Amino acid sequence: MGADLTPAPGPGKVSRRESCLFHVSNLKRTGMPPVSLSLSAGELVCLSGPSGAGKTLLLRALADLDVNQGEVSLDGVSREQLTPMAWRSQVGYLPAESRWWGSTVAEHFERVDTQQLSSLGFDTAVSDWRVERLSSGERQRLALARLLANRPRVLLLDEPTANLDPVNIHRAEQLVKDYLAEQRAACLWVTHTREQIARIADRELDLDVTGLHEGKAA
Amino acid sequence: MIHLTTLDLSLAALLVVALAMTSARIYPGLAKQLLVAALRTAIQLTLIGLVLKTLFANSSLLWVAMLSGVMLAVAGREVVVRQQRRFAGGWGYTIGMVSMFTSSFTVALFALIVVVGNEPWYQPQYAIPLLGMLLGNTMNGIALALDRLTQTAWDQRDTIEARLMLGHSTAQALSSIRQQVFRSGLIPIINAMAAAGIVSLPGMMTGQILAGAAPVEAVKYQIMIMFLIAGGAGFGTLAAVHLSVRRLFDERERLRLDRLQR
Repeated sequence: MGADLTPAPGPGKVSRRESCLFHVSNLKRTGMPPVSLSLSAGELVCLSGPSGAGKTLLLRALADLDVNQGEVSLDGVSREQLTPMAWRSQVGYLPAESRWWGSTVAEHFERVDTQQLSSLGFDTAVSDWRVERLSSGERQRLALARLLANRPRVLLLDEPTANLDPVNIHRAEQLVKDYLAEQRAACLWVTHTREQIARIADRELDLDVTGLHEGKAA
Repeated sequence: MIHLTTLDLSLAALLVVALAMTSARIYPGLAKQLLVAALRTAIQLTLIGLVLKTLFANSSLLWVAMLSGVMLAVAGREVVVRQQRRFAGGWGYTIGMVSMFTSSFTVALFALIVVVGNEPWYQPQYAIPLLGMLLGNTMNGIALALDRLTQTAWDQRDTIEARLMLGHSTAQALSSIRQQVFRSGLIPIINAMAAAGIVSLPGMMTGQILAGAAPVEAVKYQIMIMFLIAGGAGFGTLAAVHLSVRRLFDERERLRLDRLQR
């Protein structure tokens, strides 16, 4: 289901008329209306809607963290054919609030991509930083980097720039856009900010109690 | 051996009553619990005394097995009620029972047949006290470990799920929690073994000595009991934690806290 789009200016934009990468059909779970959607490779889709409509519940179901029914497939392979670990590595969910279990930043990374970290405004010393001394904005940016280190094919981002200042919002947006272009990945990005949707979205979806609707074109 | 009279026991009971009266001002509910527990001790031990008396008079495997079954059932219930967040349905009970049965009964059989080597091996004078001590300690270890496991999983659900989201296995997501859980299950027996004889004289040994047994013989029994308890409680805790972790996650490796009672 390729989106019709007017190519927005800026680097990292590529043609998005591609075959469907991530397909969701009749996904059902408690607290959310049934949902069907498709994401193409390289596509960034913004998800908005009133709070309580189930945006976070939708992302959790897509990452298969809660009990849910329906068909979800990645690259034509249904999730039942993959182990839960493989599924969640490839369908990467970034919750609104990040959690850290080790004492230093490096303990949380599969591999440290210094280029990625520097594009988020960190230098190499960040690996040794103590987690408990991170600000909420640093946590949010590092959580994004931690997720991308897995090289997921689909990104499910729950308000990933909510705690960031304008400079870092721009950095995070650019990093995700570059990542999608390089890895041919797709992204579902929950946000409430109209300006952000206008800046980054190839397409917009709106979730309310009745279901998922195509939003106004970005 | 000096026989205790009812008056002797009443004098000791006065101590508990005095404690209850004092603590009633600070925490009335606790004083009531204390008195109920003391009353239960008196009644339950009197009853088991009578049961053992009958049992020792005619040692039959059937009766020993039946009493063991009752002890196991009560221990299973005790494991469940000691948990703040228990598995819904019969799961907590079943997990506790299965783990205690496999560890305590195996260790008791091993001790009776291989170590003690009585004829017949199920002679109730040995079998029942041995199984009782094993079950009691295993029950403690399992109850502590499971309480810790379910409570920590509940409190740290976000951290556990954060790791699952990154493609970690359930074992990775629980690794540090599992260590703490094993520790809390095994620490009572580790502490007891470490302090035995120096800080504390273990109850069984003290009882034997008070009843007139030679100290060196009593000590040998106590050492054996300690090792058996360590094995029984340790393997029982391992089994219970393993089964509970499996129940905490489903086939898609989702953390299923909805399987715990609210």
